[in-house]
Amino acid sequence: MTTDLVIEAEGLIKHFGETKALQGVDLSVARGTVLGVLGPNGAGKTTAVRILSTLLVPDGGRARVGGFDVVKDAERVRQTIGLTGQYASVDEDLTGRQNLQLIGVLLDLGKAQAKVRAAELLEWFDLTDAADRPAKTYSGGMRRRLDLAASLVGRPDVIFLDEPTTGLDPSKREDMWNVVRSLVDDGSTVLLTTQYLEEADALADEITVIDHGRVIAHDTPDGLKRIVGGQTLEVRPSDLSRLEETAAILRQVSDGRADEIRKGVLAVPVSNDEAMTATVARLAAAGIAVTELSLHLPSLDEVFFTLTGRTASEDDTTTTKEVAA
Amino acid sequence: MSTTTLDAPRRPSTPSAAAPRPTKRPFPLVRHSLALAKRSLIKTWRTPEALIDVTLQPIIFLVIFVYIFGGAVAGGTQEYLQFLLPGILAQTIAQGAIAIGVNLNTDLEKGIFDRFRSLPIPRSAPLVGAVSGDVVRYVIVTISTFAIGYVMGFRITTDPLSAIAGCLLAILFALCLSWVSVFVGMKVRTSGAVQGIMFLVIMPLSFASNVFVPTSSLPSWMQTFVAWNPLTHLVASMRGLFLGAPLGNHVWWTLAWCVGLVVVFMPLALRAYRKKV
Repeated sequence: MTTDLVIEAEGLIKHFGETKALQGVDLSVARGTVLGVLGPNGAGKTTAVRILSTLLVPDGGRARVGGFDVVKDAERVRQTIGLTGQYASVDEDLTGRQNLQLIGVLLDLGKAQAKVRAAELLEWFDLTDAADRPAKTYSGGMRRRLDLAASLVGRPDVIFLDEPTTGLDPSKREDMWNVVRSLVDDGSTVLLTTQYLEEADALADEITVIDHGRVIAHDTPDGLKRIVGGQTLEVRPSDLSRLEETAAILRQVSDGRADEIRKGVLAVPVSNDEAMTATVARLAAAGIAVTELSLHLPSLDEVFFTLTGRTASEDDTTTTKEVAA
Repeated sequence: MSTTTLDAPRRPSTPSAAAPRPTKRPFPLVRHSLALAKRSLIKTWRTPEALIDVTLQPIIFLVIFVYIFGGAVAGGTQEYLQFLLPGILAQTIAQGAIAIGVNLNTDLEKGIFDRFRSLPIPRSAPLVGAVSGDVVRYVIVTISTFAIGYVMGFRITTDPLSAIAGCLLAILFALCLSWVSVFVGMKVRTSGAVQGIMFLVIMPLSFASNVFVPTSSLPSWMQTFVAWNPLTHLVASMRGLFLGAPLGNHVWWTLAWCVGLVVVFMPLALRAYRKKV
């Protein structure tokens, strides 16, 4: 059985002068699924998205979106895709409605259809009240929604979301996640880039991790978590003298050892979601009060440390030079 | 945005069952450019302060130059006003072309062009649209200049048709000169630099010309430059069309410059735009 690949990229290469943004990246996304492209700033995520959305021509490799070559058939690709950039690309002087209508007219929907579509999307993104205000008066979250709405005017089959939640506060992030989920429910194929494992885990069917323009891992969220370690439970007892007792309880609920990661904060790796409830129950039974109790996925830094042996933020110029030579 | 709102009204149709793909309509460049020109007009309408250069400058220049230099250069303010107005119109309209390069440069930084470039429209449409939308600025310069000119005593001595032809020629020239500004706007990094470079281009064109003084008063080496200067020909054409001065070949020279500017700078600007990352 062959899977129906909507996005397939092989060996994408792109250099900007001395900077090797992409050094042979492969990506593939099956119809109706979400691929999360995870990587730190400067890893090449945006460059990959710009190539797949026909904004950039690759120096090497090839890519097809919706069955069309992004270089030779760029026009056809543009009819298939919707792009939401890292920086909300809406026209600030136009109202939300004018922004969406303009895109509709440019997509040849015709004036009447463009109006209907704009109204639909404004409603759907909860922007109807602000529809006739210039976009410059919108909050960051509203701008993101308008930007996303603009990319959906033409009912694209394939949607590129370049760091859709960077800079949004956590509650707005959840909203954006729900939007992405409903797009996928409606049958869209989504490629989303992110700096958060948590986000990729929440949305993606598969995750590709890239670093310095190369793919360093590709797996399902569960597979990736098996490699980089699953969730960590962090506990801070209010009474520091009971740290040892707390550690003993933590060791019981998990198979790992409890480390004191910060002063008075214990961390223990946990493999299942019941661990949290079990911990709470046992701490309560022992009469240990806590000021902090939380469950974390590894941060991007931790993911990268596990995969590459160095942190994501380290500027590793030596490796780049060696590759260049 | 609350989660409930998101769940309630589903997207009206799924992308795969998409409404019939819009059929290809003819003349995409013209239609899309017009849609984008409308965008420029809305922007202009929303930020009237961006029109200060084309509304107040001709007024200030006319008042200052006529009353300061009138007596010395032409022996009287009235004569000088008749002589100067076409020149000031040409100068302001040329400077009005600076704004488009500055604006497009700012637009590029904001990422709105990424959206346009990801749409199935001709790649040049956003630029052609922006340039066309600027017509309104040039019309405003023209009206503003004539309004203050008439208050100060300027009179057209030919017929209305010739006068309109003169104005149209000036607006056409400005549209063609815009492409130089667009090119610079695509090439340099900051909008401030666009302004600076374009000012350096427009400044010698306006002063080393027949705008302020009769060319016969200039040193001979400069007269060679003046004779080639497109603004000289534009101003001479307007003096002919507004005041009945001898037209010579000036209209043809102006049109030749228009064609030349577009032929050279439009492809350069479009190429720079396509390359812009």
